[in-house]
Amino acid sequence: MKSIKNTFSTTRSENRPALIVYLTVGHPSIKDTPSLVKAAISGGADIIELGIPFSDPLAEGPTIQSSSAAALTLGVTPETCLETCATLRNDGIETPIILMGYYNPILAYGVESFITKAAQVGVNGLIIVDLPPEEGEAVKRKCAENDLDLVMLLTPTSTNERIELISSQASGFIYCVSITGVTGARSSLPATLPNLVQSIREHTDLPIAIGFGISQREHIESLAKYADGAVIGSAIIDAINEATPKERVSRVQNFVKTLSLQ
Amino acid sequence: MAQAQHSASFPDERGRFGEYGGKFVPETLMAALNDLEAAYIDVQLDQEFNNELTGLLINYVGRSTPLTFASSLTEALKGGKIYLKREDLAHTGAHKINNALGQALLAKRMGKRRIIAETGAGQHGVATATACALLDLECVIYMGEKDIQRQSLNVFRMRLLGAEVVSVTSGSNTLKDAINETIRDWVTNVETTHYIIGSVVGPHPYPLMVRNFQAVIGTEAREQILRVEGTLPDYLVACVGGGSNAAGLFHPFAGDVQTKFIGVEAAGTGVESGHHAATLTAGTPGVLHGSYSYLLQDAFGQINEAHSISAGLDYPGVGPEHSYYRDSGRAEYVSVTDEEALEGFQLLSRTEGIIPALETAHAIAYLQKFVGSLSSKEIVLLSLSGRGDKDIDTVASALGVEL
Repeated sequence: MKSIKNTFSTTRSENRPALIVYLTVGHPSIKDTPSLVKAAISGGADIIELGIPFSDPLAEGPTIQSSSAAALTLGVTPETCLETCATLRNDGIETPIILMGYYNPILAYGVESFITKAAQVGVNGLIIVDLPPEEGEAVKRKCAENDLDLVMLLTPTSTNERIELISSQASGFIYCVSITGVTGARSSLPATLPNLVQSIREHTDLPIAIGFGISQREHIESLAKYADGAVIGSAIIDAINEATPKERVSRVQNFVKTLSLQ
Repeated sequence: MAQAQHSASFPDERGRFGEYGGKFVPETLMAALNDLEAAYIDVQLDQEFNNELTGLLINYVGRSTPLTFASSLTEALKGGKIYLKREDLAHTGAHKINNALGQALLAKRMGKRRIIAETGAGQHGVATATACALLDLECVIYMGEKDIQRQSLNVFRMRLLGAEVVSVTSGSNTLKDAINETIRDWVTNVETTHYIIGSVVGPHPYPLMVRNFQAVIGTEAREQILRVEGTLPDYLVACVGGGSNAAGLFHPFAGDVQTKFIGVEAAGTGVESGHHAATLTAGTPGVLHGSYSYLLQDAFGQINEAHSISAGLDYPGVGPEHSYYRDSGRAEYVSVTDEEALEGFQLLSRTEGIIPALETAHAIAYLQKFVGSLSSKEIVLLSLSGRGDKDIDTVASALGVEL
């Protein structure tokens, strides 16, 4: 299994941004997730981000809200997400996998046992959207013990003090949120984004990936000039929703292929 | 002194009441919360701000609100000596205006001219829309579709006051989902917008700030009861959804150990039925809407829907200070059903000529269960958090009366 760090080393040496593809576990069904992950990888995804569905996802726009709600009605739990990862590793998938979620389901599972189990099943990193470093000491310690990267978000509203704080606490990469807002496909990226990435660079050597709003190849081409990675989320979920059940796998593979600068 | 000590120590600088509280929000909001905290600390000591707020509370809201001895209710229930703190007589008909005005003034001072808020029963929405009309601020109110239906009077009031009311159709279509949508708006517009949270919930500094703006209830009540009775009350009783009227009543008495606190939650169709909003009675701690507190959740950490006939109590979380009060034993939390609340609603209307809000009716209903065992010297002070005009349709329909 490849590490997040080595993955970024590879993509940097190939002079292209790493493509990080988000999928909600259990959307459209629990058994679909592993085949969609494989389709994304064969299309060119460098890192897979698997969303743990939560009933009250307050940083998500309508697309991921509804994929999460749909997954919950199918009974998806944090355990299901860990099992999905185990399945992928058993099937020989070497691509880094990050679990992304909200704090409460992890808290209910038990922070220590969740992180231990995640490491056992081959998860590389965690993103907990509503856990700022001020509240995340225990999670950070446990991730470090288990060699899991704790990826943290920086946003256009982050002050210099916060950029410094979060850069010093994060590992794996910095997830730079492109816009002041919730997730969801958008037609363009803000003009100020390169400046934000630049100010983050002044505080860290970690790779910087851009997420929120990315939906087109042009977005990725433009951010390739200043960032190390791109996260694509809602646009993939939209593509899955638009496809018939039979087309889903090929649709995901083809869509990721159009985004990949490999 | 004990009182001052309590205020000084809770919450701590991390926004914790014991283990409860904190700041569990996406990074986009962290800087705004830090700015808000700094601005709030600033105005607490600012004479000009405090004079302006006090002036509005006196001349616009009509404070102080009376403390009414409920002689007929006392007689009917055959026990204790019941006083009512009349927040129903505050402008807009509920305690919510105390906090809405305080936060709207603060927002204006911070240079934020767009206000957003959630509302359940509509009282906080009306209070916020009122404060915005008065202070010339733009106002957007998020309200669950289900609550829009059961509180149509308040929806119209908000629109009359110039607010935009946005119907929320995600999740359970009630208060929890309205808060989610308001937070999403805030995440998007945080640079120009202040979020006026209506209860002692949410990330730090909200539970602290809302409690302090509502503490005017308890501060007045404490002075009033001492003046009338020459002694402190034996019991304080208030309904608890998020818990702002209870927190505001309890806080100034926190150091008065002889005064017992009782918070009354909504048991819906019964705690054992699973259809209730009795978070402190039947919930477990977790993180929702930015703070660590008791919650209604399943074994996997997903938030359950709350159920109550009262839109204002229909919330699966509760303020972190109440979680602290619960665990420390400083307050006792009980619950009454929809049916009992309807009885309380009618009882107060009939005995005292005061139609209470359905939220408040839960506190009244608990008196029926509890004061019978008290001596006639034991003073019970109840927060009459709001008036019931907004609930007439709901009550009529529950009682099978066609209007």
